[in-house]
Amino acid sequence: MPSKVNDAVLGWGAPGDDPRNPWFSWSYVSQNADTLLAALREHLYLTIVAVVLATVIAIPLAILAYRVGSLAGPILGFTGVLYTIPSLALFAFLAPFTGIVAPTTVLIGLTMYALLTIVRNTLTALRQVPADVLDSARGMGYGKRAMLWRIELPLALPGIMTGLRIATVSTVALVTVGEMAGWGGLGELIIGGFNSNFYRPQIMTATLLCVALALVLDLVLLAVGRVIMPWTRRRAA
Amino acid sequence: MSVIQDAILWLNDPLNWTNPDGIISRTVEHLWISAAAVALGCAVAWPLGVWMGHVGRGGPAVVTVTNLSRAVPTIALLTIFPLTVIGFGPPAIILALSLFAIPPLLANAYLGLREVDPEVRDAGRGMGLSGWQLLRKVELPLAVPYLANGFRVAAVQVLATATLAAYVNGGGLGMIISRGFGLGLAAGGGQVLAGGLLVALLCLTVEGLLALAEKALLPKSLRRVRHRPPASAADALPARS
Repeated sequence: MPSKVNDAVLGWGAPGDDPRNPWFSWSYVSQNADTLLAALREHLYLTIVAVVLATVIAIPLAILAYRVGSLAGPILGFTGVLYTIPSLALFAFLAPFTGIVAPTTVLIGLTMYALLTIVRNTLTALRQVPADVLDSARGMGYGKRAMLWRIELPLALPGIMTGLRIATVSTVALVTVGEMAGWGGLGELIIGGFNSNFYRPQIMTATLLCVALALVLDLVLLAVGRVIMPWTRRRAA
Repeated sequence: MSVIQDAILWLNDPLNWTNPDGIISRTVEHLWISAAAVALGCAVAWPLGVWMGHVGRGGPAVVTVTNLSRAVPTIALLTIFPLTVIGFGPPAIILALSLFAIPPLLANAYLGLREVDPEVRDAGRGMGLSGWQLLRKVELPLAVPYLANGFRVAAVQVLATATLAAYVNGGGLGMIISRGFGLGLAAGGGQVLAGGLLVALLCLTVEGLLALAEKALLPKSLRRVRHRPPASAADALPARS
């Protein structure tokens, strides 16, 4: 790569090397608060829609795989193959059909990846419900439906919540890849900063916001889990 | 003409394969960048993971590293590293990619050493093996299936992530997709689709080959270990890029 460009932007080890391009600047943040907030909002919107969609699809799918043993193999196998395909390639498959301007391309891709995480975790959690618990429930006269709602799902809930948390954190990071398809939230600022003369404050601020968003959403889900599963509180403490 | 026909047409043009930035040279670039990143990741993560597993410390650290790697966007590292002292070019890309290879390598190395049956370890000690001998003659051989599994996961992970180097003009097969997007979907839709196909094919092929190699190279007695279900399915899932 051209060494001139390299020299111009080189070095955080050497302070004062280019005072106009620091790694962080409060004036950048205050002057661009609107842009940053808009990107953050888009990022949050994409993440929430994708994770909610994925949850709505994945949990019934996992229950199906759990109930119908012969479907578990194909469902897990298919999701495994999908998971191997890089996100950019997935967006590339979808973009020609769903268009660039609509967030559909990015949302479908994000939903698919989140789906895999949630299906796997839900299925594992359901399978880990102890057999003797199921036996006693059956002995007490629980039907299939009551067993699912009152025994299996509640006992699998901690595992399901773990899956949701992992899916959410990964989705936040993955949204940035949507930049190529025109909907990347904070990713647009990261790449935009790189493309407009390697503007460091923008890259760094957007990155920090992205990581912070992932951590905040993770903590929110952790708190939600504590509230809806009071019985896990003592174990965690 | 449909996009699919466009993609087939694009793949059928020999020039798109043999150009200086055609499919062949991009694939070679993709593979060597990925290989270098995986090698770097192994050089760092394996000794660390094996040592941590041997002394039985650092389990929470492994979990933290894995979780953190999920939260950091690949694109951020790919844009930040070239702007530091590392400078533009392959080293920055390789370094960024290798960071994403570390969590699966580290976790599997640690897990492999921890999963060694304590009785086997005791027996080794009882026979008078020193710590180093125990590691070399008992623990490491038994951890090989885990190391192999971690290697496969990390390699596929890096191969997939290397696609994103295209965002910073860093080469690899992702460039074909990004050039297509740059042309707009009307003109470049076929190229975008073809690029996606090539990348997916490369990842699936390497995943398949490594799985086969694992089967062919590992003795049967060691392979069985892998069939134990993981504590959580998510443990097996690397951060996606």
